[in-house]
Amino acid sequence: MKKNDYYLIIGILLLTGIVVLASNLILRNNSGSAAVAVVTIDGKEYGRFPLDKDVTERIELSDGVYNVISIHDGICEIKEASCRDQICVHHMNVQYDGQTIVCLPNKLVVTIVNSDEDDIDGATH
Amino acid sequence: MKTKRIACLGLFIALAFVLSYVEYLLPLNIGIPGAKVGLANLVVMVALYTLGKKDAALLSVVRVVLVGFTFGNLAMMLYSMAGALLSFVVMLIAKRTKLFSITGVSVLGGVFHNVGQIIVAMFVLETASLLYYLPFLIVIGTISGIVIGVISGLITVRVDRLFDIK
Repeated sequence: MKKNDYYLIIGILLLTGIVVLASNLILRNNSGSAAVAVVTIDGKEYGRFPLDKDVTERIELSDGVYNVISIHDGICEIKEASCRDQICVHHMNVQYDGQTIVCLPNKLVVTIVNSDEDDIDGATH
Repeated sequence: MKTKRIACLGLFIALAFVLSYVEYLLPLNIGIPGAKVGLANLVVMVALYTLGKKDAALLSVVRVVLVGFTFGNLAMMLYSMAGALLSFVVMLIAKRTKLFSITGVSVLGGVFHNVGQIIVAMFVLETASLLYYLPFLIVIGTISGIVIGVISGLITVRVDRLFDIK
């Protein structure tokens, strides 16, 4: 074996390792970004909040009615609500595709939508 | 001289065929599609270094067609052919540059065999997600390339002396 052979082998293995590491990092960062919390009020879309961005949004409706939704660590929850029953506040956090929080008195619905459907499971035969 | 060459080529093809069969009997089951030791590449390497590039190319193609018809199906043959052709071209270039010994050439051959297969599979299945397998296949190709390269280096010295076919 020549010296170049060793360089070649080490180079290939290093390059592969770096690519794997990098792609893993990119995948991890993107896994949350695909999921979006869609807020609808009375059937109309109010806004979309990507789960990878921490945000607290106070949604003011008419007559002092409000909901506060909070997105952190890739999950979405309702922090506060003006209604009496507080079901939406006590509802568990949502983060997966199709999970929903409903605040019936305020006619507010938070649904998680995962726009990224073309993942490896969807593509593999 | 020519007769000897033809006889040697026939021998090599038979050997590659048998080694492919051995590999077919003992598949490397590690959960990655297309991962193989590439025993038949041993013969291609030896042929490349003793008989020359034309005969080695012929050997490579004939082997893939024979093995494809005997043990595999058309899709498998297509994958193998793509891998074999790409790896052969890369090995030829690597040999021509004289940068690497037989081991380095074999490593490149092993790696690009897998790359070629993946490219064809991506076109056939129309999905890019197969790229996910590529790093694993490259590492396996490198390891098997080292093994094949070292062995074929040992064989080439002896075959060259025995046949003196150049």
